[in-house]
Amino acid sequence: MKPDRKFVMLIAALVIALFFLPFVTDALLGRGWVRILDFAMLYIMLALGLNIVVGYAGLLDLGYIAFFAVGAYCYALTDSPHLAQAFPMLFPVGVHLPFWIVLPMAALVAGGFGVLLGAPTLRLRGDYLAIVTLGFGEIIRIFLNNLNAPVNLTNGPQGISFIDPISVLCVSLNKTQTFFGIAFPSVHLYFYLFLAFTALVIFVSQRLEKSRIGRAWMAIREDEVAASAMGINTRNLKLLAFAMGAMFGGASGALFAGFQGFVSPESFSLMESIMVLCMVVLGGMGNIAGVILGGVLLALLPEVLRNIVVPLQQALFGRTLVDPESLRMLLFGSALIVMMLYRPAGLLPSRLRRREFGGDDAAAEESVYDATH
Amino acid sequence: MEIFLQQIINGLVQGSVYALVALGYTMVYGILGLINFAHGEVVMIGAMLALSSLTALLGWGVTPLLALPLSISLAMLGCMVLGYSIERIAYRPLRHAPRLAPLITAIGVSIVLQNLAMMIWGRSYHSFPQLIANNPHNIGGAIINNIQIIIFVLALAFMAGLMVVVNRTRLGRAMRAVAENQHAAQLMGVDINRVISITFMIGSALAAIAGVMVSANYGLAHYYMGFILGLKAFTAAVLGGIGNLRGAMLGGLLLGLIESLGAGYIGDLTGGFFGSNYQDVFAFFVLIAVLVLRPSGLLGERLAERA
Repeated sequence: MKPDRKFVMLIAALVIALFFLPFVTDALLGRGWVRILDFAMLYIMLALGLNIVVGYAGLLDLGYIAFFAVGAYCYALTDSPHLAQAFPMLFPVGVHLPFWIVLPMAALVAGGFGVLLGAPTLRLRGDYLAIVTLGFGEIIRIFLNNLNAPVNLTNGPQGISFIDPISVLCVSLNKTQTFFGIAFPSVHLYFYLFLAFTALVIFVSQRLEKSRIGRAWMAIREDEVAASAMGINTRNLKLLAFAMGAMFGGASGALFAGFQGFVSPESFSLMESIMVLCMVVLGGMGNIAGVILGGVLLALLPEVLRNIVVPLQQALFGRTLVDPESLRMLLFGSALIVMMLYRPAGLLPSRLRRREFGGDDAAAEESVYDATH
Repeated sequence: MEIFLQQIINGLVQGSVYALVALGYTMVYGILGLINFAHGEVVMIGAMLALSSLTALLGWGVTPLLALPLSISLAMLGCMVLGYSIERIAYRPLRHAPRLAPLITAIGVSIVLQNLAMMIWGRSYHSFPQLIANNPHNIGGAIINNIQIIIFVLALAFMAGLMVVVNRTRLGRAMRAVAENQHAAQLMGVDINRVISITFMIGSALAAIAGVMVSANYGLAHYYMGFILGLKAFTAAVLGGIGNLRGAMLGGLLLGLIESLGAGYIGDLTGGFFGSNYQDVFAFFVLIAVLVLRPSGLLGERLAERA
């Protein structure tokens, strides 16, 4: 495909806008909001990873955050003083591998867990996968919480701190760096790093969607029996989708650990899984733009709630009746229900998905037409 | 030996609660082919409703002997309304939608219920008033108290009652017919919507009972108690063969035994590496093992893979 002028211009404008985004945010809203933007980027990466599993292959994964946790602990264990403290005989100075080695490692380990979990369940109906992943998410948290005795592997509920910051080309992202006379604070640098990774994830997702594999996933999602009758190896492809989603989760987990400098089991609760699922469902399952929209909306929502709902309640009732955290979860839960009932394809539905959920005859015929031409 | 007997007793008591909750999962699955994720939260709401009404009644000076059945009935009634509404709002409109849709609304319902409960009852643990004298009995060195005996007997009674309803009554026949083939049942004049609603209500009433039992046994109730309990009860239903009522009962009792024996002996078996704080993990491994080795469960005649 020859890239046309308009497309190139659009991309260039977007790159420039995103380059200035942290500076503008910093000037208008303060440094804290740049940090929120960084987290929004991480969530978008996670949501795009989950989109492969839920959106493309139609497999409901309710423990997705567990893979994020696996990736985060991979990085935390290898690049923090924890191992040196816990096993001074084995690792006198710790491991401290460079980030670029740990990142793929974290992705692979998470992917391995994905295969382990998916293999027994993917032969069965989708509901089983949902409940097994739900359980897995909890189990990982229980293990992270309890594996501090008798061998201190995860440091239990206290978590692991003093994780090495990420450095790119020997430039540590943990302090303000000056390039060409412009000072880039740490949160800005992380923003650019996460942006680059998000762009990569978007690119990979888009290529996957158009590929033979992506089309096979969608065929499985639409009708598994028909797909397998067409010669698609449904089990292997479902496993691939599951493992691939897990790998994206693991990689974002490693980024999270490096950014945060600290991990603890608390960050990986079921509610986080639900939040990522909400992003995918709200935005539009199977549609990259929709998922990004959902990610941005839901990552910013808690901050907005904190800044609006609490002062509003203070003004109206003189005290905080409903804390923003439970209000947020209540909104997420209701959003899942309302979206499924009234707009099951999401805010920005993918074309195919809209037809599938639309269910009327004309749409069905059109779908058949598309499939045969 | 005393420890072994004690763990068996604990396991059977806990297992009978699992069985009651598992029945709710299995009935809904048998009829709709849907995992009602929100079922665990119904258990929690049942426990909380019973607790609140019990404290209120005792506060008004009602005798405990009257207050307890009254509050349990209230909790059952509340949960029946809740179960009915869940089905009406979240599942019925999606009965012909793609499989993913009702699963996602179920998750939504579960989150909403959990957070509503947190807003109403707060984040703290509530202690369940002790109304029945504990009176520990000694059986061959193991201890069983009155509450545990009542839980076990009551659970068995409710299960027997359910079996009678399903196998002997007109309603039960309609339920079995709908589970067998919805369309054929409809053609034979069965009002499927009514049967499905009633199924949800029966399941929710059993869940309320189970909720009261759990909180009476441990003396505690908490807004988060439904989640893990629901997960375990689902495991019990799968272990026994989902869609099969006898299977759910068997699976519940077995899972209770596995869990309590596992938690009792894991420390000795692994040389102290894993302790009883891993108790919640057993159910999960049982679930994986069943899915790998015998996906149709112990008594399941239905094939699990029904695309």
